[in-house]
Amino acid sequence: MAGKTISEKILSATSDSDARAGDVVVCTLDYALGTDGSTPMAIDYFNEMGGDRVSHPERFAFSLDHYSPPNSSNSARLHDRIRQFALDQGIRTFEVGEGIGLQRMVEIGWCLPGGLVVGADSHSVTFGALNTFGTGIGSSDLAAAMISGQVWLRVPETTKVRLEGELSEGVYPKDIALALVGQLGQEGANYQTLEFHGSAVPTLTIDDRLVVSNLVVEAGAKAGIFMADARTEAYLIGRTDAAYTPVDPDADAHYVREVVIDLSQLGPQLARPHEPDDVVPLSAGAGTRVDMVFIGTCTGGRTRDFHQALEILTAGGGVAPGVVLVVTPASRQVLLDLMLDGSLERFTRMGAVLTTPGCGACCGTAGVIPGDGMTVISTANRNFKARMGNATAQIYLASPASCAAAAVTGMITDPRRSA
Amino acid sequence: MSITLEGRARLLGDDVNTDYIIASVRKRETIDPQVLKQYMLETVDPAFAASVQPGDIIVAGRNFGCGSAMEIAVTVPYVAGIRAVIARTFARTYYRNAINNGLIPIECDTGDISEGDRLMMLQILRAGGLVPFFREHRGFRQEIA
Repeated sequence: MAGKTISEKILSATSDSDARAGDVVVCTLDYALGTDGSTPMAIDYFNEMGGDRVSHPERFAFSLDHYSPPNSSNSARLHDRIRQFALDQGIRTFEVGEGIGLQRMVEIGWCLPGGLVVGADSHSVTFGALNTFGTGIGSSDLAAAMISGQVWLRVPETTKVRLEGELSEGVYPKDIALALVGQLGQEGANYQTLEFHGSAVPTLTIDDRLVVSNLVVEAGAKAGIFMADARTEAYLIGRTDAAYTPVDPDADAHYVREVVIDLSQLGPQLARPHEPDDVVPLSAGAGTRVDMVFIGTCTGGRTRDFHQALEILTAGGGVAPGVVLVVTPASRQVLLDLMLDGSLERFTRMGAVLTTPGCGACCGTAGVIPGDGMTVISTANRNFKARMGNATAQIYLASPASCAAAAVTGMITDPRRSA
Repeated sequence: MSITLEGRARLLGDDVNTDYIIASVRKRETIDPQVLKQYMLETVDPAFAASVQPGDIIVAGRNFGCGSAMEIAVTVPYVAGIRAVIARTFARTYYRNAINNGLIPIECDTGDISEGDRLMMLQILRAGGLVPFFREHRGFRQEIA
C-alpha cells in the first residue's frame, strides 16, 4: 500500500484510524475559530442541537473581525450575542480591533505543525503555512464541534505543488498565489489538498507561506499545507510552550497530480474583475486608471506587506492626486509593529486612510466602500462582483507592491518600473 | 427510504459564489433567513428572489457555492422553499453545509436542463448513502418531464 500524504497522516492521527483519500472520518480538533460572520448562526445551531456546555471551551475562539468596528446597531447586536455566549461558556474572544481571527490564531500559537485546526471561515486554509491541517467549515459544524470536540471530514486527495527557482525583484508571494489560482482555476483543486514542495520553499518566510496557503481556497482547495522547517520552529518560539510533531509526507505517498511553478519565470500577476482566477500578467492591465487602493486582509495585511508597499510608495513620491489609499492592518499586533517602526507615520503623511484592524473593506462589511463605477486594486483574495459592497465597482487583485505602484501613478503599474 | 422531489428548474451558471447567493453586507444586518430570502441571488439577477416558488430546484453549472463558507447561503434558499440543488459540481464548503442542513446537493450533468423545466427526481436515500453514491458515480441522470 502506498504511503501517506500530510493530509492522510494528520487525519489518521486525529481520527485514530487508517485514513485514506476518499474516506469520511470523524476527527478530534486541536482548535476551532468562529467569526462574527459565522458564530451567531453557530450559537443558534448549538441551541437547536440541545447544546448545554461547550465540551472544551479552551479550544475555541470567536473573532469580531468582519464587522470591526460595527457600523450598524444590528451588527453591534450580533457582537453582543457572541460576547455573551463566550462569557457564559468561557470561550476566548478576539475583540473589535484585535484583528482578523485567522491572523490571531497564528499569532497566538494555536496553529502548530501536525495539528488540526478548523474555522467557520473559508480562509482557515491559511493555517497550512505552519504544517497545520487547516480548513473551512460551516456554522453547524462549529456548533457540533463545540458539543463534541469533533468534526466530520472527507479525507482529501492531494496535488503536489512544486515551487522551484527564485523570485525576481519586484515579484512577491502574492504573485505566486495568484499564478497558482489562475493556473488551476476556481475549482481546479476542489476537495483537494495542495501540498507545497520544491527548492523555493525554504526561501519563503512564514508570512510568505501564509499568503500562499490563504489563496488556495480560491482554487477550491480544502487545505494548502507546507512542511515544517527551521523557519516554522523559529516562528513558534515565544508563541507556544506546547509540544508538537511536524508531519512530512511519506516518500511513496500518492498524489493525484503534480503542478510546477517556476518562480524565476514569474512576473507580477493581476486578477481581473470579477473572478479571482481571471489572472493575467500585470502588464496586460497596465494603464488602467484606479480610484482606490486597498492594502489589508488576511492575505495582504501583514507587516511585511506594508513594508513592501511603503518601499514603492516612498520611491515613487507618495500617493497620486485623486487616489484613495486605504490601509487596514490584519491585527493589532501588525498595527503596533507599524507604529513602532515608523511605518504608520509614513503612511499617514502620504494621506492614507487608516482603518481598524480586521477584515476592513474586503467584503464590504467594514471600512471603506468604493463609490459607483470606481476601480479598485486590492491585496485581498476575492474580487467577486459586489464583494466590497458596490456591484458597480471593478476590483483587481495584486501584490502589495503592485497595489502601491498603482497608488503612486493612479493607474495599474508594474512595480518594477515605478521605482 | 425513497422520496420523490418534483419542481421547476431554475438555471444558474458556473462559479456562483456564496456572496452572490447572499451578500455579506446583507448578512451583517440579520441572520434570519426569512428576512434575507428577499435578497437571494440579487447580484446575479435582481428579479430572482421574487420569482422563487416553493419546490423550485436550483440547477447550476460548475463549482456552485464557491468562495466563503457561509452557511446562510444554504439556509436562505432552503427557507425560500428550495429543497434540492443540482449542479455539475459543488464547492466543498457548500456541499457540506447543504448536507448539514438537509438541502439535497446532487452532482450530475445539467447540460440538457432548461429554465422552467419540470424535474422529477426519484431518490434512494439510505442513511448517509445517497451522497457518497452520487459523489462516486457522478450522479444518475434524472427523468425530465
